[in-house]
Amino acid sequence: MWHGDYRFVLENLVLKDFKVRYRNMSLGVFWSLLNPLIMMTVLTLVFTRFMPNTTRGYPVAVLCGLVPFNFFTLAWANGTTSLIDNANLIKRVPIPREVVPISIVLSNCLNLAIQFGVLFAFTLIFGYRANAAWAWIPLISFFYILFVLGLVLATSALDVYLRDMRYVVESANTVLFWLVPIVYGFDIIPGGFRQMYELNPIAAMVMALRRIIMQASAPAPTLVWKLALGSVATLGAGWMIFRALERRFYDHL
Amino acid sequence: MNRIEFEGVSKKFLLEGGRKLLRGHLRDLWKGAGSEVFYALRELSFTVREGESLAVIGSNGAGKSTLLNVITRLCPPDEGRVSIHGRLSAVLELGSGFHNDLTGIENLRLNASLFGMSRKQTAELFERIVAFSGVGEFITQPLRTYSAGMVMRLAFSVAIHVDPDILVVDEAFGVGDDAFQAKCIERMLAFRRAGKTMVCVSHSMGTLRQMCDRALWLDHGQVILQGPVAEVIAAYQGRTVARA
Repeated sequence: MWHGDYRFVLENLVLKDFKVRYRNMSLGVFWSLLNPLIMMTVLTLVFTRFMPNTTRGYPVAVLCGLVPFNFFTLAWANGTTSLIDNANLIKRVPIPREVVPISIVLSNCLNLAIQFGVLFAFTLIFGYRANAAWAWIPLISFFYILFVLGLVLATSALDVYLRDMRYVVESANTVLFWLVPIVYGFDIIPGGFRQMYELNPIAAMVMALRRIIMQASAPAPTLVWKLALGSVATLGAGWMIFRALERRFYDHL
Repeated sequence: MNRIEFEGVSKKFLLEGGRKLLRGHLRDLWKGAGSEVFYALRELSFTVREGESLAVIGSNGAGKSTLLNVITRLCPPDEGRVSIHGRLSAVLELGSGFHNDLTGIENLRLNASLFGMSRKQTAELFERIVAFSGVGEFITQPLRTYSAGMVMRLAFSVAIHVDPDILVVDEAFGVGDDAFQAKCIERMLAFRRAGKTMVCVSHSMGTLRQMCDRALWLDHGQVILQGPVAEVIAAYQGRTVARA
């Protein structure tokens, strides 16, 4: 039984992760702005100059993919190793253990917020207007974050038992970069694969974001439903896996 | 009222330890895993009543730290029943959770929250914790500029200001210079006078005699003797000397 202040611990752990990450960089948070912009430039160069492509606003479309995807890869990779990285806390301080992976995901949310700022700035620079559909962004982001949280809870617990989990996650991230519509649009997906695409919360997030920002319209209700259900299901499963595996963390760390 | 109750508690570990890659798990599946089991605690029963202070003694590897980890619920026992009544705070390793790149203030807040202090309590006790640690101006500096002694003093200072019903301490007395140690012992004696319950593990028999009224002597995870602190320590020292 732990009688502490859950929110206070979470807040301190989030701040710790965020500060430690950026304090040792001379450019600090600026790095997290630079990374998606460099990727956007390179991908735009390759996919509009080197390869024939007439998509309007391609750089913005790419950025709509990169921002959620970057959050996903960073949070998932850092979250997965978080229990082992903080083994001294897990083994030596009686705290509710899920605060460790949760704090990593939340600290990456600060990063996501900054990247959203970059996305909005570029949206305006490329001639799109802010519109009423933007009001959907907090809701879809919320479900998207729940999805990442569920995934991180599951893989962080598994990583304690199977130390190769982190390599599985790394490989999955590389594969997902191509399976999520980042450099291409949903319209090129053949009919048979469309259902599967929409069930992937990362793809759903990217598609919803593009529609909101580039077409100034609300995302399709079925897509939002799929995102919501997929996220809540992932979180539920992740939580149960974490709870079940947590009992033997001590023996395996 | 009993604060801590242990009934036939056992804790076993696999000898090879938990760390394993997929390869290891597959090999075990293939061969039909037959790892050797080792009992860190074996059918342990005891109680600690409110206001009592229990010393746990024994040679290295006797199971003292495992016992504390079971009390704090860091590791669940394999057999038996453990009940803890009241708020518990544990100092198992000073400075767990500290980070070198954070300032003293940031580490203090983080550590206080991990020990279960609320935002309000931390704010109220902040000045006293800093004063007790004696790190002074350094509190605004990153931890990596501290000497080892200063880190320990700050960590101990946070730990000692948590106000639980049960305090569990593992080998944390030997911190800082003589003056600081005297302050720590004074603080823990005050904690006892306030009617709180303590469980201490240490190799410093003098400190334990001063701090505790009962003792539990462990060897290979089993109780050899329990009773008044002076008697148990005398028996333990007699046996250690006889062996040597």
